[in-house]
Amino acid sequence: MDVLLFLIFAGIAVGCALNLVLQTHPISSALSLIGVMGSLAVLYLLLGGEFLAAVQLIVYAGAIMVLFVFVIMLLNAGAEKRPSKKVLRTAVALPLLFTLAGVVAYILATQAGRTETVKFGAYVVGPYEIGKALFTTWLLPFEVTSILILIAILGAVVLARKEI
Amino acid sequence: MNFYLLTLIKMALTAFVLLTCCAYAVWVERKVLAHIQLRPGPYRVGPHGLLQPLADLIKLLTKEGIVPSYANPFFYLLAPFLAVALALSAIAVIPFTPEFELFGVRTAIGLTDINIGILFLLALSSLGVYGIAIGGWASNNKYSLMGSLRSSAQMVSYELPLAMAIVSPLLLVNTLNLREIVELQSGFYLGFLPKWNLFALPVPQALAFLIFMIAAFAETNRVPFDLPEAESELVAGFHTEYSSMMFASFFMAEYANIITICCVATVLFLGGWHPLWPAQYGSDLVPVVLLAGAGLILLYHAAQAARRRKWDRFTFPVFGVLLLALSPVFLVPMLKPVLIPFFWFVAKAGFLVFVFIWIRGTLPRYRYDQLMRFAWTFLFPLSLANLLVTGLVVALAG
Repeated sequence: MDVLLFLIFAGIAVGCALNLVLQTHPISSALSLIGVMGSLAVLYLLLGGEFLAAVQLIVYAGAIMVLFVFVIMLLNAGAEKRPSKKVLRTAVALPLLFTLAGVVAYILATQAGRTETVKFGAYVVGPYEIGKALFTTWLLPFEVTSILILIAILGAVVLARKEI
Repeated sequence: MNFYLLTLIKMALTAFVLLTCCAYAVWVERKVLAHIQLRPGPYRVGPHGLLQPLADLIKLLTKEGIVPSYANPFFYLLAPFLAVALALSAIAVIPFTPEFELFGVRTAIGLTDINIGILFLLALSSLGVYGIAIGGWASNNKYSLMGSLRSSAQMVSYELPLAMAIVSPLLLVNTLNLREIVELQSGFYLGFLPKWNLFALPVPQALAFLIFMIAAFAETNRVPFDLPEAESELVAGFHTEYSSMMFASFFMAEYANIITICCVATVLFLGGWHPLWPAQYGSDLVPVVLLAGAGLILLYHAAQAARRRKWDRFTFPVFGVLLLALSPVFLVPMLKPVLIPFFWFVAKAGFLVFVFIWIRGTLPRYRYDQLMRFAWTFLFPLSLANLLVTGLVVALAG
């Protein structure tokens, strides 16, 4: 059952990711990205990271992507024009792509060094454990990241102000 | 196998009841609005317009579903489906009653019981904006686009105070599981004041409840925050181009969202299925008295029915006798542990739905800049302050 669900949602994730690149219209690409995030959330859930899955949906799919879609709709961006298809270009690009994928897979398989497969539901991590880890062990990195995001927000405000 | 069969039956029942409630919420809304405005409301289809939802359904089913030639057909058809699917699935985690034994299986009214219930609801509500946003955009119509832009900005803005208002009662109960949240609110202070989060002792969450309800109005696009479908400015907003069942899907999604968010408010702040006052002072008799009283009033009016309303002479006694016959059901000792909590839950959620309708009949619409200023400069800081005070008191107390 777990393997079946994993295969289904991993398939959806890869399919949406491919669709994200292949689509010409920005809205279609943005919605494919939401599909990727949703299926990733299900994969987290299968591993037992229920809090992570919910936060993935709330923050990425529910807040950040809404802003993406909002901006695309506000700018009324139209479909891009595809570059003209050339057989030669495809003939060179496809083998290169597969070579790259093969090399990456080889490096990952040799360097990761762990042979046992991941067990579904092996890491049941609730909000309590995550909160405790963030506010005790990883307090400094957590706060530094928040300040970094705050600086980014201030920077965006300053940059936008100049243009008015 | 028993578990799967039971779950399937419960799913079918929940879906049927929720959809019926959505349809009759429309009838109740039209009736209440009509009485606020001193007119009778729907009256022609069935006694007192009771069959109006059925007539509306048949009308919408038989209308032609039009896809504008300049619209993006895939997203145009996807949007209402997305809206209604997300709105209906949120009801799955709401616990309506405590657990009870049924044919040897422990179960409860309510579909599932997950550890991250409240986060699941937040995730669904934050995804709910896509149905409206995509629908308005795919219609390729200026009014629709304006409506969906307003809606996405409004829902993202009001989600912050909504989430902050949810967090402060969570600090008191220390769990994300909705069933545990309700169970922790049982009991009474001084023997009569319920230990709901609304009155919880270290820090009463009345302010959080108010913020939650205001944000809930904005999240469900209801008056006074119904700018995405402001008739006077945008024709009908994001669903201008929709017809037939696609339009009905948006409509259903709106009412399902209202019902769900009222259930969430009941669970988080109003103690779920716990009664308003202790059972030893007779809170178990409330449904009996209410139903019997309603039945007797109907019988009294049947005798006095005006001559113009010929049907009332026939329908009033029928409904009166039905209600009178239903009232002793709440006294049966075997059904009592299920029906009494269920009654209290439905009564509280139903009252909140009534407040939604009441406010629609009372308040005018905000202007868009007022709406945004209210969210960011008043509601959000207020919810943050409430969260800080709650956190401080909870940390000091224990």
